[in-house]
Amino acid sequence: MEQLAQLVISGLATGSIYALAAMGFTLLWQASGTINFAQGEFVMLPAFIILAGMEWFGLPLYASFLLALLISSLLLGLAFKRMLVDPMIRHGVLPLIIATIALGIFLSEGVKTFYSAEAQPFPDLLPEGLFRVGGVVVSYHDIGVMAVALVLIIALQLFLSRTMTGRAMQATAQNPETARVLGVNIERMILYTFVINAVLVTVAAILVTPVYLAKFDNGASLGLIAFIAAIVGGFNQMRGALLGGLLIGVINNLTVAYLSAAYRDAIPLILLIVVILFKPEGLLGRREERTV
Amino acid sequence: MSPLLEVRDMRRSFGAIQAVDGVSFAVRQGEILGIVGPNGSGKTTLFNCILGQIRPHSGEVRLDGVAVSGLSPARLSRLGIGRTFQMLQVFGGMNVRDNLIVAAQEHTGSLASRLFSPPDAGFGARAEEMLDFFKLRHLADQPAGDCSFGQQKLLDIAMALMAGPRLVLLDEPAGGVNPATLSELHDMLGRLNREKGASFVVIEHNMDFVMSLCDRILVLVEGRVLAEGAPGEIQKNPAVIEAYLGN
Amino acid sequence: MRGRLILLLLVAALVLLPLGLKNYGIYLLSLWAISTVAALGLNLTLGYAGQVSLAQAAFVGIGAYVSALLTTNGVDFWVALPLAGLLCFVVGLLLGFPALRVQHHYLAFVTLGFNVLVFLVLRNEEWLTGGSYGVSDIPRPAVFGFATDRPLAFYYLTLGFLAAAGLALWLLVRSPWGRAFTALRENPMRAASLGIDIRTYTLLAFAIGSALGGLAGAFYAPLVEFIDPTPFHPAASLALLLMVAVGGSGYFFAPFLGAALVILLPEWLRFSEGLYLMLYALLVMVLMAYCPSGLCGLWVRFQARMRARGAGLAEGGRP
Repeated sequence: MEQLAQLVISGLATGSIYALAAMGFTLLWQASGTINFAQGEFVMLPAFIILAGMEWFGLPLYASFLLALLISSLLLGLAFKRMLVDPMIRHGVLPLIIATIALGIFLSEGVKTFYSAEAQPFPDLLPEGLFRVGGVVVSYHDIGVMAVALVLIIALQLFLSRTMTGRAMQATAQNPETARVLGVNIERMILYTFVINAVLVTVAAILVTPVYLAKFDNGASLGLIAFIAAIVGGFNQMRGALLGGLLIGVINNLTVAYLSAAYRDAIPLILLIVVILFKPEGLLGRREERTV
Repeated sequence: MSPLLEVRDMRRSFGAIQAVDGVSFAVRQGEILGIVGPNGSGKTTLFNCILGQIRPHSGEVRLDGVAVSGLSPARLSRLGIGRTFQMLQVFGGMNVRDNLIVAAQEHTGSLASRLFSPPDAGFGARAEEMLDFFKLRHLADQPAGDCSFGQQKLLDIAMALMAGPRLVLLDEPAGGVNPATLSELHDMLGRLNREKGASFVVIEHNMDFVMSLCDRILVLVEGRVLAEGAPGEIQKNPAVIEAYLGN
Repeated sequence: MRGRLILLLLVAALVLLPLGLKNYGIYLLSLWAISTVAALGLNLTLGYAGQVSLAQAAFVGIGAYVSALLTTNGVDFWVALPLAGLLCFVVGLLLGFPALRVQHHYLAFVTLGFNVLVFLVLRNEEWLTGGSYGVSDIPRPAVFGFATDRPLAFYYLTLGFLAAAGLALWLLVRSPWGRAFTALRENPMRAASLGIDIRTYTLLAFAIGSALGGLAGAFYAPLVEFIDPTPFHPAASLALLLMVAVGGSGYFFAPFLGAALVILLPEWLRFSEGLYLMLYALLVMVLMAYCPSGLCGLWVRFQARMRARGAGLAEGGRP
């Protein structure tokens, strides 16, 4: 029983990281119709920016993290939108899918060639150690991850629903033409979603990399999980991405413990196929509706 | 003789809006029926319901007395109903001749026979006829997407006719077409009706076009049939005049 | 006419070139031929029917393992080959069913997921596939009594295979089926309203494309004589997709060009593998942004412009 609780808790922790990546992915899709196949590499890259900041420029972790936030916003937010997505959006969905696949390869090969092909250790922002709660062993790290993710998600939700800009962004996602008529600067709203995604992936990077080490090919599995989480939860909604991420985090843990470690990656895929076959709008989704 | 097409009590709503509110009408063999009405009166929705593109909330459609409600657009096409769309729907990447052939090829033979039949699927001759009739011969090998709007419009109609349908539903065929092409189109539809006995249902806003082409007119307002009759009668109908002037 | 002459020259080059190459060069050409067939299959599914499949490497893998496991257990290659194709056709049909219900991006994920599943099974089910140890000592087939153990002989076999597959696909694309596939890609709604059965043709495109992948895999196994799951990883599906995209999805010769760019060019250029991949990915991104119809599309545009200019000159020159 304790073991189950422990698995669920650490699953929720990993799941909240998946949720961050999945939410960014969903945001991009809703705001601009962009399917970002490189989302996993978007999480991988900031980790290496942080490492580079520390190793090449001797910055402490916090400073390097801030640097990574800045660079991510510029590269994965602004540059990504202006140089890749904007020229391509008029050609349709297919070229964009192929281009983001290529982008993912570009980023991972870039890191492999210019930094290292080996897995790199990554320092942890969060405290180490374990503590007990009624017979259940919990790590500070897991609690810390969940806390950070929770704060970020709440902040995002408040931003989107309480601020003028946030509401304008929601309007842009739901009905761009109306929003434009009402005076909303569509282009800028879409740019903001790209920057928000850049922030989300950078935070995800700093949370997930200490555990799995920084490696150029981390993006592949993480990206796939982000897509699955977003779709399973319901592509139309942020809440869906959150639920999807947490669900997969927990399921993965339970699978390894009770079923088979080798097929851990298979369960989310089977879940994906089942959801797409029987409830394509996702667990929380509604057909023909887009909400942020 | 039973009518070619019979529509009974068609209803379809979108949320609170009753787009089609109990529409019934019939089309006789060899007839050209016009459907007019202000914007948003449910004309295109009516077509979509008849042709299986969307599911009506109630209503019945009969083709030659046989119930066809609920069949897919592909099935209806193979049963002999053709359609054109308000927004042009030609295959831009294929050349004009291929557009015509593909419009007919699925109406004969089986899947297997189509694999082994010659490239033109036996419709080469008919495609050539269409190209001549619609004066598109010089564009035969050009990608349809490269043709002018008017030419694509004609192609769209030609495609609907390729399989030799008994009935064609035309959704605003005159929209955006220049006067010269329009008068040619008018003549072509008239000829097809007289020479080949093709029946048409035409949604249109262009009053001159519709009044001179059609045998009978149906006026649709807010999803309901306001009036029905010969063009001359309709033009003098006070309720119809009010519906148009009142808007 | 000039097109046919160029084609003839290329065929002659493909036949004569390997005579001057060492074994590794001949191996690369064989690999190119086999990859082209796999890419031709993907081009049918993606380029002609508009379905995004990220599972082609899985089908190549299934074909390779079927061929390897059968031939190492005494079954003749020429029996294993059609079996591999048939199995992949059936699996492609089954995988195609979800394809009908979902749009592009969902399909991409589902097929990617399928590839991961296949990879996991290949790697974990040792009793069947040998797991990470793979299958070794795969024999080379004999053609009408001639052995193909030597690289040159096997190369001509793969070249023949490519020619046969290319010809079959050419005939398919020219037939009414090909036209229906294109209509499907261009405008599914209009196609349906013309009586084209979307469901059937989508499934067929998927299944035939997958079968071609399987057949390519069946030839891959004897080429390398030892297989393990590694070459059939989802990353390989992405590579095949990029091959087709760079060539220009929907153009018949795109896979030939794309496969050459991925397999042959890196050897000539002698960059590091990582750098080459980066440049290649960059090329794909630029192409997708400014000319999504790929290199073949660029060539067609260029030709059209030349022709227009030529016509303009001719008209200007006439009295």
